Amino acid sequence: MQNSTKSPSKRSRIEKKMDYIIYVLFSLLLVISLISSLGFALKTKFHMPNWWYMRPDDTEQFYNPKEPFISGLSHLVTALILYGYLIPISLYVSIEVVKVLQASFINQDLQMYDDDTGIPAQARTSNLNEELGQVDTILSDKTGTLTCNQMDFLKCSIAGTAYGVRASEVERAAAQQMANDLEQDGRQSSVSSKRSKQDIELETVVTSKDGKDNKPPIKFFSFEDDRMTEGNWRKEPNVDMIILFCRILAVCHTAIPELNEETGTYTYEAESPDEGAFLVAAREFGFEFFKRTQTSVFVRERYIGSGQTTEREYKILNLLEFTSKRKRMTVIVRDEEGQIILMCKGADSIIFDRLAKKGKTYLEDTTKHLNIYGEAGLRTLALAYRKLEESEYSAWNNEFQKAKTSIGADRDTNLEKVAEMMEKELTLVGATAVEDKLQKGVPQCIDKLAQAGLKLWVLTGDKMETAINIGFACSLLREGMKQICITTLDSESKEAIKENILTQVNNGSQMIKLEKDPYAAFALIIDGKTLAYALEEDMKLLFLGLAVDCASVICCRVSPKQKALVTRLVKEGTGKVTLGIGDGANDVGMIQEADIGVGISGVEGMQAVMASDFSVSQFRFLERLLVVHGHWCYKRIAQMVCYFFYKNIAFGLTLFYFEAFTGFSGQSVYDDWYMILFNVVLTSLPVISLGVFEQDVSSDVCLEFPTLYQQGPRNLFFDWYRILGWMGNGLYSSLVIFSLNIVIFYDQAYRVEGQTTDMSILGTIMFTCIICALNFQVSLIMTHYTWMQHVLIWFSIVAWFIFLFIYGMLPPKISHSAYQILTEALASAPVYWITTLLVTIACTLPYLAHMSLQRCFNPMDHHVIQEIKYLKKDVSDQVMWRREKTKAREKTKIGFTARVDALIRSLRGKLNKKTHSIESNKSYPPS
Amino acid sequence: MSSSTPSSSAGGVGSADSAAPRRNSKRPKYSKFTQQELPACKPILTPRWVISAFMLVSIVFIPIGVVSLFASRDVVEIIDRYETACVPDGYKNDKVTFIQSNLTKQCNRTLTVKKRMKKPIYVYYQLDNFYQNHRRYVKSRSDSQLKENSSWDDVSSCKPEDMSKDQPIVPCGLIAWSLFNDTYNFSLNDQQLAVNKKGISWKSDRDSKFGKDVFPKNFQNGSLKGGATLNPSIPLSEQEDLIVWMRTAALPTFRKLYGKIEQDLQPNDQIHVTLDNNYNTYSFNGKKKLVLSTTSWLGGKNDFLGIAYLTVGGLCFFLALSFTVVYLVKPRRLGDPSYLSWNRNPGGH
Repeated sequence: MQNSTKSPSKRSRIEKKMDYIIYVLFSLLLVISLISSLGFALKTKFHMPNWWYMRPDDTEQFYNPKEPFISGLSHLVTALILYGYLIPISLYVSIEVVKVLQASFINQDLQMYDDDTGIPAQARTSNLNEELGQVDTILSDKTGTLTCNQMDFLKCSIAGTAYGVRASEVERAAAQQMANDLEQDGRQSSVSSKRSKQDIELETVVTSKDGKDNKPPIKFFSFEDDRMTEGNWRKEPNVDMIILFCRILAVCHTAIPELNEETGTYTYEAESPDEGAFLVAAREFGFEFFKRTQTSVFVRERYIGSGQTTEREYKILNLLEFTSKRKRMTVIVRDEEGQIILMCKGADSIIFDRLAKKGKTYLEDTTKHLNIYGEAGLRTLALAYRKLEESEYSAWNNEFQKAKTSIGADRDTNLEKVAEMMEKELTLVGATAVEDKLQKGVPQCIDKLAQAGLKLWVLTGDKMETAINIGFACSLLREGMKQICITTLDSESKEAIKENILTQVNNGSQMIKLEKDPYAAFALIIDGKTLAYALEEDMKLLFLGLAVDCASVICCRVSPKQKALVTRLVKEGTGKVTLGIGDGANDVGMIQEADIGVGISGVEGMQAVMASDFSVSQFRFLERLLVVHGHWCYKRIAQMVCYFFYKNIAFGLTLFYFEAFTGFSGQSVYDDWYMILFNVVLTSLPVISLGVFEQDVSSDVCLEFPTLYQQGPRNLFFDWYRILGWMGNGLYSSLVIFSLNIVIFYDQAYRVEGQTTDMSILGTIMFTCIICALNFQVSLIMTHYTWMQHVLIWFSIVAWFIFLFIYGMLPPKISHSAYQILTEALASAPVYWITTLLVTIACTLPYLAHMSLQRCFNPMDHHVIQEIKYLKKDVSDQVMWRREKTKAREKTKIGFTARVDALIRSLRGKLNKKTHSIESNKSYPPS
Repeated sequence: MSSSTPSSSAGGVGSADSAAPRRNSKRPKYSKFTQQELPACKPILTPRWVISAFMLVSIVFIPIGVVSLFASRDVVEIIDRYETACVPDGYKNDKVTFIQSNLTKQCNRTLTVKKRMKKPIYVYYQLDNFYQNHRRYVKSRSDSQLKENSSWDDVSSCKPEDMSKDQPIVPCGLIAWSLFNDTYNFSLNDQQLAVNKKGISWKSDRDSKFGKDVFPKNFQNGSLKGGATLNPSIPLSEQEDLIVWMRTAALPTFRKLYGKIEQDLQPNDQIHVTLDNNYNTYSFNGKKKLVLSTTSWLGGKNDFLGIAYLTVGGLCFFLALSFTVVYLVKPRRLGDPSYLSWNRNPGGH
């Protein structure tokens, strides 16, 4: 409860902006109402006495020329009601309808339905659909969101030999990308067919191994190498080292085995998932850890000796635990032969520092392998051992026990010092590479989101190392990225700490400022304790400034409250839309604080989902939620709102103009029924269909061109320029509708039988013009016509005439002046139809011309893509299509693509060297 | 990744079976509608479309404009403004006194026919600055009273012209009370020109809105006399002047039908009009005009419609032409990827 924040009510940016537009319109309404009542007061005072036909001598107060003030005041109320059409109240209703339908599309999307868990995506509120299209920063939880917190043993390097041929996700993606690029190159220049063949060979080397594994996958174990499995390692040259390697894996840990009764295999309850992966790996290699007692670890060794399975006991003498500061773990065991061995695993840099001179035999090769693993996005640990003499050990153990039993403030430091004494003179055995199992599709999703120009911050409760590793795994971090780590030391006083952090932040900012390479990427890594200071009032903007400049930001060891605070900082500091995504109860604060909260309906309970605005079952669905649904919803709502303002201004102002011609008396030219139906039936359905069904480009294209998403965050469709443009268009339309009708109909006969128009006829003609013009206008805005749009637009126009017909057929008691208006007065008058056509075209001409000009000179991205699709150029010119897809990526510094590009560069370099050498060999054949 | 692979259903066969239907029940049903994949036509504004659209508009509009203009030009219209001329010289400065006096209001006017006018020739009166559309005025009528004899006392909406001498007025209200009462008599070469006053109102009004059994009663009986009086023996459905007048005009300047002359008029015919200048437009400086006009299919003389059509058509033609020029001079290849934002300003994101 400490970390809980008040559940906020969220509104989208478009809706907030809409409020301002409503204020503008309301001011407009007030202004014209005031003009109107002033006009009425003046007319009543100065002209009314002359209008004998109005009996000015005998009036109610409202029309009393002697009291123009009261007339004006009471007219203000009339005017406010009459011009109320300027305020599109129905907009709110329509928007609600549209949003509910949009939300149901999100709920129904099969591509966001997770078959494994059977959970579809869910829009838990329909308020924020369009906000999904404007997200700038994503703040993500790590565990359960990005990762499934499962490690897979993938590769290892033993005694300088690399084992494990299966490619990591990064490698696979690199190969794929390269193959694509080469295909393209091959097409563009058919000259180097030989070269491309070689490249494809290389590609098959990397990927082909995936094809032939038919064995059921083993959890935590994706290792694949015939040299190691099935006991084949016995034929390897360094059998001793391999045995040692496996023993370290099987012994040096803190896990507890659990027997699965059904299958007879062991599963392991390990402190960190890495250990679990190691134990499974050891088991697969033939060293099955099956029992732990207070003092011993028991391992079943299968392939040692005569092929019989032997059980071996390792007495644990000491256990030096893993801490984030030590970055290593050590056990000292006595095996059955009585030999005391120290086994150590830890971060490579730590281990390498502690190697004995003799123990560096494999250092060079192992380092090379470790670099390769790191590039491939794997978590690595180095393994080492040291054989101890009995005397050496007992001397040290005494000291260690002393330190252990001592009491006092410096017990920990003492212990550390003693441990340090032992963990040296090590011999390097090898290294492990573990793939942190990301959730399905997470790197790809992050990549796409990065290409769409979104920033991703990871906020995790995990410790820094894990967070950094995950950063690597999901390509938020990569080699060559400059990491700015901001940390604090415990010992200092508060002021000193602050000072320290300030310097670190300033240094970081300075570093970024001084960086000349435009492609240099920075990563900011900060821990929770430091964050607490950095989030203080005086420092937070500085910190934010640094964080915004960095390509990726990772906050580790943060409390739920801090997650919310960071979210608020980003939200308020940058003023951009933030999206918080998480799965656990600790993410609730963040989810509530962010502009949009997304909950992962995974395994960690329902709190996050309950607090969220949208829930998906997998992180990867975020891509579709944002890039497809968000993009569509943003555009739909933006266009819909613009059109709504347009239509209500175009209609509402005609009422005002007419007012001016009636002495501002508050008389409407339209029948009451027309006005009621205007927003309800006659113009609402097409605009709702615009809001629900419009697609500027298909979902595939949205995903292929993530850049299109940037139209949302840049707010290209709902900026003031556009809104005012639409309002201006509304003003223009109202003027055209009114003035053309007035000039054509005010005095002259409009029929061959000589009749002139009266108020109801003129009103009906004008209203017909309005209905046709507005519905034609909305049909021009749409670019995507399914039968629904056709039906709704045509229905709206036809409905008007049907209504008019039926209304006219009703007895005059009901229809009043509209009695038989269509059948008798209008339908047979050619001028009626001609005027409608004229006004409709004249109203939409500016929009048509504007659109044509824009498309001609300054087409927007989706215009060009629409054209490409329209002309089927994507099929006929696939090279261009693919090239543009590649180029369309936002220049990102994070993500898979950025990383793959780096890998490709290095692979290309190697390949070129190779080709070169082959060619030179050919040119000088050995004779 | 399918959930039915045996390796992943660790819970055993039975539980997997029971789980399956529950899972599938949450699975959204596939339909093209819910997946937003309905077949759609996606027209886009290609230059060809733009040019053809503008061209089409101009092709349609210019002929309509020409035809309308011709139709309008065919209409012959004689307008005679008489409200000032019909005031005797002595009262030029005090027209209101004149109109409210008991002096004779008769006035003679001569109209010259410029072009041949084919029958029927419609006679209109045109008032100016007369707010028939004022809310107070528009509401001051009783539709039920006009229609049914039985609701003869339904005058609630007619104030202040509802009762006279404690009796309901039929027809009540300001509109009826202020009925236009100038009269025109035409003669051509000393021959009376008959003015047909039948059929100048809407048929639906005569049949359904003004009762055949409703007779004027207590009309113009009050202390303040408004406009015309009505013959109490003629039912309202035949009082066509009233019916026309009761259709309130939309704007302060309006024309209403007075009658029809069912006779051709030749050029240079001199028409003598003897008119009774009874109606008071002098208090509010309103003009009065007598209009004789023929009609075409378009109605009256209405050049504006034709001109508007020609303007819009011309504009569209111009637009079509300029787009063609642009298309020829500086064509943008459709779907030209170099116009994509990332190609236009490389690195400018």
